[in-house]
Amino acid sequence: MGPSGGGKSTLLRVVAGLESPDSGTVEIDGQDLTGIPARQRGIGFCFQHYAPFRHLTVRRNVAFGLEVRRRPKAEIRAKVDELLELVRIAHLADRYPSELSGGQRQRMALARALAIEPKVLLLDEPFGALDAQVRQQLRVWLRELHEKISVTTVLVTHDQEEAMEVADRLAIINEGRLEQIGAPAEIYDKPDNEFVMKFLGPATELDGAWVRPHDLVIHNEPGIGGQGAWVERITHLGFEVRVDLKLDNGSSTWVQLSRGAAAELDAVPGDQVWVSRATPSKRQGALTEVVS
Amino acid sequence: MKSRWRLPLRTVALGYLALLVVVPVGSVFYRAFQHGFTAAWDAVTTPEAVHALWLTLLVVLIAVPLNTVFGVGVSLILARHRFRGAWLLDAFVDLPLAVSPVVVGLALVLVYGKTGWFGNWLAGHGIQIIFSFPGIVMASATVALPYVVREVLPVLQEIGTDQEQAATTLGASSFTAFRRITLPSIRRSLAYGVTLTTARVLGEFGAVVVVSGAIAGRTQTMTLFIQDSIDNLNPVGAYAGAVILAIIALVVLTVLGGDREGRKAKWRSPSDQSPSDSETLSPSTTSVLMSPMDH
Repeated sequence: MGPSGGGKSTLLRVVAGLESPDSGTVEIDGQDLTGIPARQRGIGFCFQHYAPFRHLTVRRNVAFGLEVRRRPKAEIRAKVDELLELVRIAHLADRYPSELSGGQRQRMALARALAIEPKVLLLDEPFGALDAQVRQQLRVWLRELHEKISVTTVLVTHDQEEAMEVADRLAIINEGRLEQIGAPAEIYDKPDNEFVMKFLGPATELDGAWVRPHDLVIHNEPGIGGQGAWVERITHLGFEVRVDLKLDNGSSTWVQLSRGAAAELDAVPGDQVWVSRATPSKRQGALTEVVS
Repeated sequence: MKSRWRLPLRTVALGYLALLVVVPVGSVFYRAFQHGFTAAWDAVTTPEAVHALWLTLLVVLIAVPLNTVFGVGVSLILARHRFRGAWLLDAFVDLPLAVSPVVVGLALVLVYGKTGWFGNWLAGHGIQIIFSFPGIVMASATVALPYVVREVLPVLQEIGTDQEQAATTLGASSFTAFRRITLPSIRRSLAYGVTLTTARVLGEFGAVVVVSGAIAGRTQTMTLFIQDSIDNLNPVGAYAGAVILAIIALVVLTVLGGDREGRKAKWRSPSDQSPSDSETLSPSTTSVLMSPMDH
């Protein structure tokens, strides 16, 4: 994951053998593939815009990799039927790509890549061209599919939510550099640097340090030792409530509260409050509060 | 467009076409058969006429495949590779169309003629190009150079490299990817390019007259035969020869360029266009309508 133009797709294409690296090696299962041409790597690649073979039906699209390998006709047929069933487009087998919706094309491309039984599956912004609702559905489906077929999958995306949802491991790439790699929760909670912090979720500044706005708490009383601040604005955004604050030292910050916490605070713009970092125990307490 | 302009505009367009194409071509057909079918048949079955026809067909059979291979090759190079001098190659492809065919012929004479740069060396090896068959093929191929490239290149650029790369990751060699993915994608434009090339080679006069010497029964193509017939007061031969060229051109158009479905689809009114067209432009809007999970 990383911002557009950061080199994610290029890295993916290097892994697939569609680009050659200036330096470094590509290794899969301990095997050096750097000099091996793309067609011999046995890697499934799904292109951002699916790259359907427009003059071939869905069935022939999926069969392509097997036809090129000169497998027996009966075997190809059985395998393609199985894959079309798996990606739930069996009823569209005789259509042309132009007669499919975006999501259906996406799944056809996936079946086509899976047909060659790849060692690794590479997905370049697989949901980028789809609208939000379909994207959400496909994401859940892809996760389920992945558990079913268990092929190591590398998915490139610029969407944080998507990355957090589908990934077991997350690599943050920016300006051609690998910023951090690890489990999603680990990276979210312990970002190595300001870029990762800001990129992975909402971030705000307090005492010159970056914090997540939901890791801040607001008190009505100065007792616990927070910083004094004035409420500038309160915005209700469905589940969460955003409170913009002007600190006594002149800088600004904002806090993300649950609706329950906001109701308990019961502040209006202009009120004097105190803001501090939530201690882990405190945060857990706040969480139980919301749940109850 | 306002409907009161539609009728006058159509009349002007069709009238222009009629004045320039339909009436003159029609009158050639009329003149050819004015003195009966037998007279026309006799005029084009003289040994000179038959030889001219065969020579023309032979030139087509050699020059058109050459230009097709060259055209597809140059299109692939220009579309797929970035290199210094690409613009020069691109410009050179158009050059034969920009200069007069007579100039093309003269240039070939200057290079390959007896007193030309390579003429002496070639003559020493018993190869004669100018005033001979190879010269006619070269002149024809040169003037018809741009057609395949100009038809195929834009299509190659539009389809991009995604499909070829997808084929590669699926295990296809670059030849297989070309044959099974690229070639079917450019099939229609290639057929049209070949049609135009054939038509041009069939009808070429200026470049061929310069390099061939127009020796009747030896280096006289059909167009040269027509010119010769006019000069020798044999109008029926000229008209009948012209009719034969026209018929061959029509056959080629029908067989190669006659992708009637494609042409009809191009001019179909927007209302009966398939839904796929709008989807290619905006996949997101259609996927709202056709949510993939509801099956």
